[in-house]
Amino acid sequence: MLLIECPWCGERAETEFSYGGEAGIARPADPDALGDAEWADYLFNRSNPRGAHRELWNHAQGCRRWFGVERDTVTYRISGSFRLSGGVGKRED
Amino acid sequence: MKKYSAFSLVRNAISHNRRWREAWRSPEPRPEYDAIIVGGGGHGLATAYYLAKEHGVRNVAVLEKGWIGGGNTGRNTTIVRSNYLWTEASLLYEHSMKLWEGLSQDLNYNVMFSQRGVYNLGHTLQDMRDIERRVNANRLNGIDAEVVSAEQIRKDIPFINTSPDARYPILGASLQRRAGVARHDAVAWGFARAADKLGVDIIEQCEVTAINRDGGTVTGVETTRGTIRSPKVGVVVAGNASVLAAMAGLRLPIESHPLQALVSEPLKPVIDTVIMSNAVHGYISQSDKGELVIGAGIDAYNGYGQRGSFPTIEHTMQAIIELFPVLSRVRMLRQWGGIVDVCPDACPIISKTPVGGLYFNCGWGTGGFKATPGSGWVFAHTIAQDRPHELNAPFDLERFTTGALIDEHGAAAVAH
Repeated sequence: MLLIECPWCGERAETEFSYGGEAGIARPADPDALGDAEWADYLFNRSNPRGAHRELWNHAQGCRRWFGVERDTVTYRISGSFRLSGGVGKRED
Repeated sequence: MKKYSAFSLVRNAISHNRRWREAWRSPEPRPEYDAIIVGGGGHGLATAYYLAKEHGVRNVAVLEKGWIGGGNTGRNTTIVRSNYLWTEASLLYEHSMKLWEGLSQDLNYNVMFSQRGVYNLGHTLQDMRDIERRVNANRLNGIDAEVVSAEQIRKDIPFINTSPDARYPILGASLQRRAGVARHDAVAWGFARAADKLGVDIIEQCEVTAINRDGGTVTGVETTRGTIRSPKVGVVVAGNASVLAAMAGLRLPIESHPLQALVSEPLKPVIDTVIMSNAVHGYISQSDKGELVIGAGIDAYNGYGQRGSFPTIEHTMQAIIELFPVLSRVRMLRQWGGIVDVCPDACPIISKTPVGGLYFNCGWGTGGFKATPGSGWVFAHTIAQDRPHELNAPFDLERFTTGALIDEHGAAAVAH
């Protein structure tokens, strides 16, 4: 069981949250300007690192807000949470 | 290498089982091979076996960072079936099924393939429509499939809860009678032994740390046991696919997740088939030792830790007890996790890459075990011929750029 710190509500059990995958993937400002490969990279490709991972979580059964978490994908240790600004594609430490 | 037979059993019994030979050698890596397979799981060993057997490429090394079959091959719930919806997927899995049917003879190793049937339960009217559609699609592709009624399920599996008052009432199921289970460790050992016999070097405790390239072409790998040169490198490392891809400067449409499974204390025979439920989301069979083998869905978060969270186990047990209230007091003996490489369309990538001589076989996600022989067979073809076989051509890495996805998420017999 992970203990996840919501920046607004504090530490809560993992079951209160839903997972949103890799953080910092901004929707391209001008999708029409992208080629197929760039669009595929935005849509499907993920860095999927073994180690430190910046990821999105939603406090689904609490304040229902999105935020970011930095977590190690091998030890699962969480090193901190951060708020997002300008939508889930942007981040703020 | 001695052939295993009833006669060899008797002979070794007479000599008090002291003269059994090792099943495969443990050679030192040579400086150069015609092909290197990274990953000594079932898929990697099968690839090496079929490279040697079907394509005459025998100067092959299989590099495994741990021990043979210690990853997902030894961590799955051993279910084998081929009842996928889309033609591309069902033909690939059915090819694998045909190989399973002759595998013990082919390898001279008993993989204990048991075609005890797989039921995929339907709990809603829409489930049943989807089941009928999938059964018809399977039959059109020459794959055995039938729709069974709740009444039939009650006869076949007497202690499943078929009460109409259940929270998720069972309305029927699809049944593939040729599906079943196999002994997962034996699959790794059998392929390892058979590949070794054909000259393949199986090198354990040998982790790949870099993929060497010259221009846009692969030249070999750096490992914890030195540099090994090869013009062809096939990577089949399941959960670590993205890590190996990054070594070659590639990004994959894959995320790694823990998938957990459990076994119960051994019971007398109670389940003589495999039962899966999409809506309640659990699956169960019984091993020859009597343990109930239980699995369900992945942990939602990315992970490489070969373990997951307790709430996922709880969810799994809830599903099993919903279907089988009679099992509510059975104790679980062991629980573990494997790291599965989940692809956006729940279908594998068996493909050439932008790097010449570098091939990837990954993205099997939660359902790779059933495909072990077929996956190795088509990957061996792809590596030997430097082009995909028609069975795996649709499973190209390019499909994420062209948009020709094969959407088995939810379409296949179980949600991934």
